[in-house]
Amino acid sequence: MAERPAVTARPEFVREAVREHDIGVVLKPLTAWERIWGNGWLRKGLILTALALLWQAYGSYLNNPLILPTFGATVQSFAERVVTGELPGKAWTSVKVLLQGYAIGLVLALAFTIAAITTRIGNDLLELLTAMLNPLPAIALLPLALIWLGLGNPSIIFVLVHAVMWPIALNTHSGFQAVSGTLRMVGRNYGLTGIRYVLQILIPAAFPSILSGLKIGWAFAWRTLIAAELVFGTTSGSGGLGWFIYENKNTLDIPAVFAGLFSVILIGLLVESLIFRVAEQRTVRKWGMHA
Amino acid sequence: MAPAQPLLEVEGVTLQYRTREHLVTATYRVCFEVFRSDRFVLLGPSGCGKSTLLKAVGGYLKPVEGSIRLKGGEVTRPGRDRVMVFQEFDQLLPWKTVKQNVLFGLLASGTLSGPEAEARAMAYIEKVNLTGFADAYPHTLSGGMKQRVAIARGMAMEPDILLMDEPFAALDALTRRKMQDELLRLWEDTGFTILFVTHSIPEAVRIGNRILLLSPHPGQVRAELNSDGQDCEDQATGKRLSDRIHGMLFSEPVPEDETVAHG
Repeated sequence: MAERPAVTARPEFVREAVREHDIGVVLKPLTAWERIWGNGWLRKGLILTALALLWQAYGSYLNNPLILPTFGATVQSFAERVVTGELPGKAWTSVKVLLQGYAIGLVLALAFTIAAITTRIGNDLLELLTAMLNPLPAIALLPLALIWLGLGNPSIIFVLVHAVMWPIALNTHSGFQAVSGTLRMVGRNYGLTGIRYVLQILIPAAFPSILSGLKIGWAFAWRTLIAAELVFGTTSGSGGLGWFIYENKNTLDIPAVFAGLFSVILIGLLVESLIFRVAEQRTVRKWGMHA
Repeated sequence: MAPAQPLLEVEGVTLQYRTREHLVTATYRVCFEVFRSDRFVLLGPSGCGKSTLLKAVGGYLKPVEGSIRLKGGEVTRPGRDRVMVFQEFDQLLPWKTVKQNVLFGLLASGTLSGPEAEARAMAYIEKVNLTGFADAYPHTLSGGMKQRVAIARGMAMEPDILLMDEPFAALDALTRRKMQDELLRLWEDTGFTILFVTHSIPEAVRIGNRILLLSPHPGQVRAELNSDGQDCEDQATGKRLSDRIHGMLFSEPVPEDETVAHG
């Protein structure tokens, strides 16, 4: 067995704390440059500018607008069609259909989840249905929808509902299940039962999951809509963004095709940063509930 | 000399709960009585069923045997006459401010509404010295402050009995000590009835005027003792109260370190 070294004896000491103004920096504002660089929007803007420049350079080098129009040509085409009102009109047609599908999907998802948390059979039903239907791409249902509901908005709304409903239901349900036992007991202690319990305890407590479900649902709906419009184009004469892209491809107006894609991206970004980001800041971030 | 009618009567209560594999008996035929303005402490090592017992008094759990009566009426479900303060910090609703959390109890239970509720909420927030934080969200508060909000929310209900489930166990030793003093000060102020669960002998001796000792697996009553909060040496035996309790709860000597928080 090894011998344990003896503990070295050391003298004790007591010190005075150095006074604050002798230390130098205790609290100092950041420099202007450090602040500007700390702004996420600015950094992302710089990346976007770099990408646009790269696109412009490669487009000019290729010099073939049928394959890849330059960034400038795309922006010009985009601006022209915004001014004529063609793109905003198409975008509005798409968004209108999208909102209808989204709203119906949301209501159905909530109904399913409330059934799932109140009854065991509802729980089994939701688990089974989400497991089966969530992986099924919504667009795969379009041929069937066309047979059942005909050519027109109802078919598109049908597939949109399918795209939106399962991810929202799945997230809301797992959010409800993850509500802590303590919070549940607090709710019951103050006499909350039934729908008041759901509204005042479960929904706010599960709000981070619900919000991420809403975001995923939105993204799925948007993709599904554009794809559905591309596959079978016009609904009741006017048609949306997907149809716009398809039409311009047929007339080989490639800058307009890019302008259409541009609009799809732009709307996605706007919804993400204006609606979802703001909703997140006003709720889960303010409450300190974000992961 | 005791008042005629006990506030809470627990009579021969056996509690059982199911885990995935077992049926566990948490307490076996436990009896005790709590009188108005008591600071009644349930003390025992982990696994003595003291928290389960408190949940049963809260109405979250039905005894398989025996009865729990509050002011003569059988306890069957959770209710606003028995407000619970938990150990966990997440008992506050994170989406509500301090004031809204205290108000929530009053409004959800329909105890008060409008300006009356507001006035009472602010009065109890002041009692726990958090007036300056009334509009702060719970995630910006320290652990001790969160527990003070939870206590204010419970006290604002002015329940018959305040049930406290190791409310200070998740706090650091210094804060814990401070909170014990504050609780006693609040009690001096209002004389509310507390049923307090803890596994810490010093805490039980400080907080309680009456201490129920429970033995583990399953919980059975070992003793019911009086405490004056001082932990002085007894004239007759020359032993401190905490040493007596220690001797009863543990056959073998255990280090006297009770500052370690433990769930």
